[in-house]
This record gives sequence, structure tokens and C-alpha cells, in this order.
Amino acid sequence: MELLMPAYIIGGLGIVFGLGLAYASKVFEVKVDEKVMRVREVLPGANCGACGQTGCDGFAEGVVGGTCAANGCPVGGAQVAAQIASIMGVEAASLESKVARVMCNGTFSNCSSKFQYSGIEDCTAAANLFGGPSACSYGCVGMGNCVRACAFGAIVVEHGVAKVIQSKCTSCGKCIQSCPKKIITMVPASNEYAVRCMSPDKGNIVRKNCTAGCIGCAKCSKVCPVNAIKMKGALAEIDPQTCINCGECIKVCPTGSINRYFCEQQSID
Amino acid sequence: MREFIVLVIGAILVENFVVAKFLGICPFLGVSKKLETALGMSGAVIFVMTIASAVTWILNKYLLVTFGLGYLQTIAFILVIAALVQFVEIVLKKFIPPLYRALGIYLPLITTNCAVLGVALINIQREYSFAKSVLYSFGAGLGFTLALVLFAGVRERIEYSDIPESLKGLPITLIAAALVSVSFFGFQGLFSK
Repeated sequence: MELLMPAYIIGGLGIVFGLGLAYASKVFEVKVDEKVMRVREVLPGANCGACGQTGCDGFAEGVVGGTCAANGCPVGGAQVAAQIASIMGVEAASLESKVARVMCNGTFSNCSSKFQYSGIEDCTAAANLFGGPSACSYGCVGMGNCVRACAFGAIVVEHGVAKVIQSKCTSCGKCIQSCPKKIITMVPASNEYAVRCMSPDKGNIVRKNCTAGCIGCAKCSKVCPVNAIKMKGALAEIDPQTCINCGECIKVCPTGSINRYFCEQQSID
Repeated sequence: MREFIVLVIGAILVENFVVAKFLGICPFLGVSKKLETALGMSGAVIFVMTIASAVTWILNKYLLVTFGLGYLQTIAFILVIAALVQFVEIVLKKFIPPLYRALGIYLPLITTNCAVLGVALINIQREYSFAKSVLYSFGAGLGFTLALVLFAGVRERIEYSDIPESLKGLPITLIAAALVSVSFFGFQGLFSK
């Protein structure tokens, strides 16, 4: 008896706690929709947050709860969207795959520099010094924060400007968060043309800093057959939804700030 | 009253569980990368520590001591802490889902946090009364929070520092942890007995 007492006590405690937990899990049960589990299973599980939810669990709940669209997972793309749609019993709206693009043309040859930077290799740190070493304080700093943020190796820095390799981009949006200049945007992958300049400065200032910046001449917006280009102050903006990739704007752009953005084959400058 | 204040301040600064007693080092290094996660983990630890010490105190006094099984403390307390963390998780999930989501993975991780077991055992060792045990555990949790938050701040700074190649990553983190620990030793003479 003496010998068995410890075993009884510990065993008893174990049983009491076990039963207590089992009882508690029944009493405090939170009903989880079976659909949520199934949706969760087909998701990539990277918990990247590109859908705008807290993670894949949040997204799965959102889809079943009706607050998220079935095609809301940009990483999973059309394939996952179709699977989710079949679970939810709805028709999958075709999800256009998106791709990140760096909206800056300010390579070393295009954009002059204000000073020689020799601090740590970090865009945020460099950008804190007078807006960064490049003459244009709106452009790419080129220290590669986005390169380090990208989990898929889809970004490289060439001639002082980051560029996205389209075939590797999963549109997770991590680079957008990492960029202190906010010059990376997410556009539909089918959209080929972009005004690769984010400087809202007037034409003469832009011209002084960078030979490939948008000077706001508005020639492109006049020539565009579908009116996809709008002037936002002294900066032209192409609406990727309306753009038909005709390429008329490139022909009239005097500075070459509008490019065809297909980076596998084409180098930036 | 004065006694209780000394107890709490002592648990936070003088006997800080992380940097003076070196308990709970795993979460100290593991979740101190960002201030946000550090706060989440700390919240969960304070919560579990306080409740766990209350339950283990009662268990020790009315079960283990009565049957003369003091040597079973460690194993019995681990059992209690594990069950308690599970229970807390279930209850939080039901009643405070936002907190449950905020704590996330850190809640189950506390099961293996030796600081929680440490505080329960120290309470018994020092023969604290029930109120004192609970208060001391709460203070220990606050001390854990302080250490974690301070260290998270240090680590966020390290991110932007120019560090020699060979020290990048874990080595510089450990050096920084040592410095934080040394700085806490300044509190050793706070209360003279």
C-alpha cells in the first residue's frame, strides 16, 4: 500500500485531469465548420497574409463565413481557387494571377546620386539619410530589402534598381511591405506596360534628377486608344484593368519612363 | 503590505526569472525577435504562471504533503501545468477568441516553459503562504515580460546594426542577452536584508 500510494496519486491526478479536460472540451466546444477544415487543407499553408487575413486559418474561416472570395488566395492561384470553389459548391471566378513590379527606372546610368553612401546595406537605413543616396528621393534605393524579403528568390537588384522575375513571383506581397519607398505594386500579370516612375515632382525637377522619370507631359494619356492612362498631377498612371497592351504609349514617351515590363528577357536599361 | 510590495518588486527586478535565475531561456531567445510576439508570449506566461502557482500550492498542501509525497512535486506539477494550459486554451477559445488568436502558438508552448514549473517549485521551497505564492508568481510573470520586452527592443536595434560577419545571428544575440543579464545584476543589492 505504502509503495503504491505515489502511483495512485499521480495516476489519479492524471485521470482526474484527463476526464476534466475531456469534459471541458465538450462543455466549451467551439463548433468548427467541416468546410473550414477542408478549405484549410487545400491552402498553401504559408500563412503569408497576402489575402489580407491573419493567416491561412483566418482565410479559410473567411471563405466559409462569406467575407473572403474563393479566389482570394493569391499564392495558391487558380488551382487552389478551383478547389475551394468545389468545396464551397460555387463557380470559381477566374482569378487573374498577379505579379509584383518595381516602379522605378532610376538605374545608375539614368539617375544621378546625391552622395556616396557607405552605411549598412539596408534600404530603410539608407532612406533615412536625406531620402537615400539617389538623387530622386522617390525612387529605388537599391539596397535589396525586397530581395531579402522575397522567399522565392524572385527579385534581383540590377544597376541599382530592383527588378522582379515574373515567372518566380507568387504575388505574396512581402516585398511591398519591405520597401521603404513604397515603389513596388501588384498588377495583373497580363499587363505588360507600366509607367516606371513614382516621382510626383514637376517635370523640370524630375528631369534634373533622372533621365528616365515621368515628366508629366501627358502625351501618353492623349495617345492611349482606351483612355487607360490618367494623369495624377505630374505623373502618368496606367490602369492595368483597362490597358489593352497596344504599346502606343511607349512610342510617344519622350523619356522612356514607360516600359514594357517583361523582365526575364529584357534587361532594365 | 510593505512585505508584498517588496515581494513583487523583488520578483521583477532582483530575482528576474529570465536574466537572474536563467529560467525560460527558450522563449526568451525564441520569441523576442519582435515586440509584438514578445508581448503575446508574456501575456500568456503571466496568466498561466499565476493560475498554475495557485493550483499547485493547493495540490501540494492538501494532497502531497498530507500523504508525505513531497518528492513527487516536480512530476505532479508538470501534470498540473500541462493540464492547466490545455484547459486555459479551451476556455479562451470559447470565451475570448481574439485573445486566443493573439496568443496563438505561444499558449501551448508554455507547457514546456520551465519558468512556470520553476516558480511553482520555488513557492513551495520557500514555504510561501497562498497569497504570497500567487503574488510572487504574478511578479515573476511581470519580470519575464520586462526581460522579454527589453530584449525584443535590443534585438530590433541589432537588426539595423553593422555586425562583424562571424557574429551575425545567434552569437550577437547571446552576447546581447548576456549584457542585458549583467545590467539586471545591478539590482542585486536593492533590498538589504
